[in-house]
Amino acid sequence: MKLLRMKPGHGEIVLAEGDVAVPEQERELIEAFRRELDAGMWAAVPTEVPGGRREAEMVRSFADVPRDAERVIFFPRAAGGAPRSNP
Amino acid sequence: MALALGTAALVLVALLWELSRPRLLGAVQRRRLHWSARRRAALHGGYDPGRERRAEQRARALLRSCVEDEDWAMYRDLGFLCVRGALGDRERAERAPYAYLIYPHKPIVAFVPDTGELLNEYCVAFPDHSKPYGSSRLPDSDDVLAKWMALTGDERRLIAEANMHLPGRQIDPQRVRRDLVRLAGWERERADRSQIGQWVDSVRAA
Repeated sequence: MKLLRMKPGHGEIVLAEGDVAVPEQERELIEAFRRELDAGMWAAVPTEVPGGRREAEMVRSFADVPRDAERVIFFPRAAGGAPRSNP
Repeated sequence: MALALGTAALVLVALLWELSRPRLLGAVQRRRLHWSARRRAALHGGYDPGRERRAEQRARALLRSCVEDEDWAMYRDLGFLCVRGALGDRERAERAPYAYLIYPHKPIVAFVPDTGELLNEYCVAFPDHSKPYGSSRLPDSDDVLAKWMALTGDERRLIAEANMHLPGRQIDPQRVRRDLVRLAGWERERADRSQIGQWVDSVRAA
């Protein structure tokens, strides 16, 4: 499983990577996951539902992440009010 | 006489040095600070068009790996994504009466697919306050992916965070209508191409 974070000026970066079946690596993943949530990030798991449609699942704790998820993507939490732009 | 003049010259030089030394040292210090600030800016926050381009390329690759092929083609060809609204109800998603257009760094626009009527603009941003390269703004495709994930994953939560406005607040409604026409044409074209592909396959099989 990879924990990725979107970053301005860079694109995504890998925060942590490990096998959830290995306790030591799972612990590192959980710590990295908590750090991001504490920093105010939102977390989503891209998924493919039966029928082949793709969507995302928002997760609020590591326990919500499916064990077979390949990646969790963190991004800054939504704030109302996009910058004004010219049409 | 020569000795007196030489001594006077030495005293004069010493006096001038003492008077100008603080100013000279200050100038050297300021120059050092200026260069170190420029070096820091170049390393961390300076404008680098190549970096922005690379960031966008990474973001496009990530977006492509997350959405369906058809959605990716739509974004690549038209510059926006169209997502059916369902408020988290997967069963209803296919026949939801409304949908969203997702533009990079612009409000999400809700509309009725059957009639093309524009419903609302949802102004929402994902600012990264840590500003790693001096900007809080995600690359365009990351912004689109963040909106797509939040809408498909927890539509209610995203809409609750957004500022809702009537159409036309930030995006020209004429532009949105033109985009809906472009979208309809694009979908027709893809459907035609798919039918031709199926026909060619059936001819080959026969």
